[in-house]
Amino acid sequence: MRILVCVKRVPAPGARINIAADGQAIDTAFLGFTMSPHEECAVEEAVQLVEKHGGEATVLTLGPAEADEQLRYAASLGVANAVLLPITGPDWDPQRTAAAIAAAIAELEAADGVFDLILFGNESADSGGFQVGVRVAHALARPIVNGIKGIEVQGDVLVARREADVGVEVYEIPLPAVLGVKEGINLPRYPTLKGRLASKKVAVAQVVPDAEPGGQKMVTLMPAAEQVSATVILGTGPEAAAAVVDMLEEIGVLK
Amino acid sequence: MILVVVEHDRGTMSPASWEALAAARKLGETHALTIGEAADGLVEEIGAFGATTVHQVHDNLLVDYGPELWGEVVAQAVTALNPTMVLTTGTDRGNEVMAHAAAILDLPMVANVVEFGDGGLVRVRWGGSLLERCTLEAPTHLVTIAHHAFAADESPTSATVTQLSVQLDPTLGRTVVRDRVERAAGVTLATAPVVVSGGRGVGSADGFAPLQELATALAGVVGCSRAVTNLGWRNHTDQVGQTGTRIAPDIYIACGISGAIQHWVGAMASKKILAINTDPEANMVTKADYAVIGDLHQVVPAITAEVRRRRG
Ligand SMILES: Cc1cc2nc3c(=O)[nH]c(=O)nc-3n(C[C@H](O)[C@H](O)[C@H](O)COP(=O)(O)OP(=O)(O)OC[C@H]3O[C@@H](n4cnc5c(N)ncnc54)[C@H](O)[C@@H]3O)c2cc1C
Ligand SMILES: Nc1ncnc2c1ncn2[C@@H]1O[C@H](COP(=O)(O)O)[C@@H](O)[C@H]1O
Repeated sequence: MRILVCVKRVPAPGARINIAADGQAIDTAFLGFTMSPHEECAVEEAVQLVEKHGGEATVLTLGPAEADEQLRYAASLGVANAVLLPITGPDWDPQRTAAAIAAAIAELEAADGVFDLILFGNESADSGGFQVGVRVAHALARPIVNGIKGIEVQGDVLVARREADVGVEVYEIPLPAVLGVKEGINLPRYPTLKGRLASKKVAVAQVVPDAEPGGQKMVTLMPAAEQVSATVILGTGPEAAAAVVDMLEEIGVLK
Repeated sequence: MILVVVEHDRGTMSPASWEALAAARKLGETHALTIGEAADGLVEEIGAFGATTVHQVHDNLLVDYGPELWGEVVAQAVTALNPTMVLTTGTDRGNEVMAHAAAILDLPMVANVVEFGDGGLVRVRWGGSLLERCTLEAPTHLVTIAHHAFAADESPTSATVTQLSVQLDPTLGRTVVRDRVERAAGVTLATAPVVVSGGRGVGSADGFAPLQELATALAGVVGCSRAVTNLGWRNHTDQVGQTGTRIAPDIYIACGISGAIQHWVGAMASKKILAINTDPEANMVTKADYAVIGDLHQVVPAITAEVRRRRG
């Protein structure tokens, strides 16, 4: 199987998110970078499918030159090829991002053949637009289902599972196909030392992205309303148990 | 006119759809779109939230949910009815269907809006930890609203019913739900009145046994942080947070969890939060309503014992 995974480099905030003075981005001065857990699982799924069915996985990102870090992380887990669509300046909007990724995929497929499966995260960690994968699938005229938490390849059909309020929905989707996956589909491995060394040698291909801006424009970022509550310290150590149970009775949890 | 795409599962309307109808009504004249015959019985329920017209779509292909078909129906409805805005739920299905319609129409789509203001739309990022004000340049605005951001208040009208005919390519049936495995009835993490969660501080998979005992004593369920799922101590179905489950219990008891923003965002709808942590400076402690400073391995069993003692 030829599998492509699309990931996005995002900051990894800890206890809180600080907005930069101009309101246009997160203040990343003291932050590391990562990708969405959904996308980490997409990478793991690609590696597992290749281990099971043979073939090769490729990881792709549209982002700053520093996104090389996320591409190599994927490579350290067993992804063979990496593609960077370099941009400078602020994030591209979802329509523009999708158009650029779809064009790059067309270029990659013209050179090396069709990807049987293209995996996206269900939503990006930062923007959470819930759409880039769907737009790419439409541009390539392929089926896509989001929210996938289980994939099984049966010949040229994918059996994909997704959780809904009522239970688990099962889809049977013909290949080539596109899926948006959710964390929980697997337990991502950690990179081995050998994997990390190998990832340093992976050649990152570059495709210069070219697409028109779409119709959604960010004006400014704003902090979410914070709940400020003065914490009531009920005690220290096991002696606090009585005070805790008093509280549980008071709020009606324990009748 | 604002067109609300009614999210339903085989004719059962989602509560998020009530919110979408109520939110739309406050913005202007509201019509509703129901996809598939199974939803024909929803006219009265839709009218209760103030929609004046229900456009019903019938087609043999629309027997169950399918993202490509539903997106295609919405796209054709936009072309036929020319609404100024299409609004639906910011749920798995709602966001998905709107994204399909947006892709077909090549229009922008704004997901998880919490406010319609003069300066533009306000939407959530980072699962709700951050807000973004944005503007839309498009003949029809495609918008989903964040769940619980708008009140589902009623304003009964008697809605007129019309049929909307669509032309659907049978190949799109490739993404219709083929089968479903119904969930066993019972409390889930999302609906439990009490959640006792453990983080890295629990120390091991076995370390969750006392948390399970406390949860059982309080008729609740066990949750966990992502650190715990990543370590393989618990299944991801127990994970609370941005990429896990959003919970809203009467009380959330967070044991050995630091309170990273991505965890907090999944827990913040809890009515009360009790943090149990050795670190008085931990974010979970400073943001909680109540806290116990101490080793969870001693504190949690002590609480369980006290609950049992008082219950006799
Ligand atoms: C895009 C993105 C999405 C994410 N989504 C999620 C998500 O859905 N859910 C989620 O949980 N995380 C999520 N995370 C991860 C998150 O950032 C944190 O890494 C994670 O929540 C930390 O888990 P933790 O609190 O258990 O571990 P830690 O941060 O390591 O905290 C452990 C805590 O235990 C306390 N402790 C240690 N020993 C004891 C003891 N004996 N008794 C009492 N207290 C003790 C420590 O003081 C500390 O506060 C996400 C991250 C990213 C980047
Ligand atoms: N800049 C990007 N580069 C590569 N993939 C992306 C990018 N932005 C979004 N994606 C992919 O599209 C998915 C959905 O993103 P979004 O529409 O922003 O929620 C993400 O989980 C990624 O898999």
